[in-house]
Amino acid sequence: MTTLLDPTSERALVARERLARPSTLDGLTVGLLDISKPRGDIFLDRIEERLVGIGASVKRYKKPTFAKPAPVDLRHQIATECQVVIEALAD
Amino acid sequence: MSDPTAGGPATSPDSAATSATPALPDGLVVVVKNDCETCQTVVPVLAQLVSSPGLTVYSQDDPGFPADMTVIDDTSLAVSWHHDIETVPTLLRVEDGAEVERTVGWSRDQWESFTGVEGLGPDLPAMRPGCGSLSVDPDLVDALRARFGGSALSSRRIDVASAEDEMEMMFRRGWTDGLPVVPPTEERVLAMLEGTSRQPSDIVATVPPDLVEVTVEKVAIAAVMAGCQPEYLPWVLTAVEAACTEEFNMHGLLATTMPVGPVVVCSGPGTRAIGMNSGGNALGQGNRANLTIGRALQLVVRNVGGGRPGEVDRAAHGSPAKISFCFAEADDTSPYGRLATEHGIDDGVDALTVFAGEAPHCMVDQLSRTPESLVRSFALKLQAINHPKLIMMFDAIVVMGPEHADVFARAGWGRDQIIAAISEHLNRPGSELVRGADGIDEGVPEAFASAESLPKFRPGGLMLTYAGGGAGLFSQIIGGWVNGAIGSKPTTLAVTY
Repeated sequence: MTTLLDPTSERALVARERLARPSTLDGLTVGLLDISKPRGDIFLDRIEERLVGIGASVKRYKKPTFAKPAPVDLRHQIATECQVVIEALAD
Repeated sequence: MSDPTAGGPATSPDSAATSATPALPDGLVVVVKNDCETCQTVVPVLAQLVSSPGLTVYSQDDPGFPADMTVIDDTSLAVSWHHDIETVPTLLRVEDGAEVERTVGWSRDQWESFTGVEGLGPDLPAMRPGCGSLSVDPDLVDALRARFGGSALSSRRIDVASAEDEMEMMFRRGWTDGLPVVPPTEERVLAMLEGTSRQPSDIVATVPPDLVEVTVEKVAIAAVMAGCQPEYLPWVLTAVEAACTEEFNMHGLLATTMPVGPVVVCSGPGTRAIGMNSGGNALGQGNRANLTIGRALQLVVRNVGGGRPGEVDRAAHGSPAKISFCFAEADDTSPYGRLATEHGIDDGVDALTVFAGEAPHCMVDQLSRTPESLVRSFALKLQAINHPKLIMMFDAIVVMGPEHADVFARAGWGRDQIIAAISEHLNRPGSELVRGADGIDEGVPEAFASAESLPKFRPGGLMLTYAGGGAGLFSQIIGGWVNGAIGSKPTTLAVTY
């Protein structure tokens, strides 16, 4: 028998369940996160227009750079202010 | 002779039972082995001493040797290991359980004065050097260290069934980069850790994307798997430290859809001491140090940080350079120094730079014999990094071959002059680079359209290194990823041993 040393972090990753997808946006706040890729704002402007058109409340957010994870304070702010979030990845 | 490497303790360490030092009895003690002519020579002396004043005999390889006397079996080498026996015979004096004196090999004068007994071995030669102790046999020492060293290793032990193929098991667990890895046994990892003075439990860095603190031990495991020699470990540790800094942004390199990975550029006398290649095929195959140092870094990111293709690694194409991309600069023969010096490292200090780079492109110019012509060629080639109309966003490393460098050296051009001249030829008016120019939608935003002159690289973004074979009027260009505070900054560190 050979015994090997575990090369991994040996962490049990915490699997967090997503919130159930809401059946309606009535009374909910939708966060729109721009990751700072070129023209992401064009996509989000149109999404905002459509959402407002159906009576949703919208808040806009922006990452400082697409190349790094969103800062923890921004993630916390979105989580406390919104029930739904849309992230724009596109160029 | 029994096999000291066989059996349970080496593979399932019970450190309480094996790491305690076995006590020696008071009085005279000798450690011998049958497979040693000097030990056989001194048998009559040992017999003399056993009868008076008394002697305890330990045998490393044969409990029946010497014949006709009481011998303590040390075929496990526990006594020899713990009491640092390097030569047999070793004669020790023990008082109150502690060694107070020792002598090695056979010397009548020394043995007589040591034991206080006159007339020892009258028929023997006056002296004879001893033989190597089995406890320092290179074939056994790694297993003995694992068994008796009181393992400081804390990684989980995973038993592989004897009928299971350990290589396949490692593939199945997702521990490899797609190529086979060396099984990280405790013996191999302990041997790897001999390459650094750092403690196995020391924290080296916090590895993205899972943001896990990685210990020297886990890096050593990756180094074993990658195929490193122990003397490479300080370079791997330093590469991990550099790649996991906030400014280098390893997380971004993983997550990007671009085909970039950490390129490791090494320099200093240590590169030659460990046999790195800075000459012919420096960026290619065939050199163990170059290939395994870069690979070990990537295995740390994969196995400790959790950065795997298809998960956080979202590269659209990737690149063979993401398996391993590490080379040495020929800084000992470079006509214009090395990159690390440009980044503030003192001369003679081993150092490495991690750079967010893609696979190298070849720059061919076999006709230029003047620096003025050659810088224009470099500029044309460098303009195309990622896209000829995209500027300032990406850095680049030039790996200049000796024959190209010679063109500059003959003309007396130094590093700064070469970079400045290439940069000058990279300046373009905004009208050529703006979106839509040349019928190409890609380009810089409209706001730059009227700019008279725009540089390809930000200050410091064009970096010069020196490596390659002596024949061939070629250089290599390593294009970068998004640079600076919004992306990745090339990061240079002195190697920590």
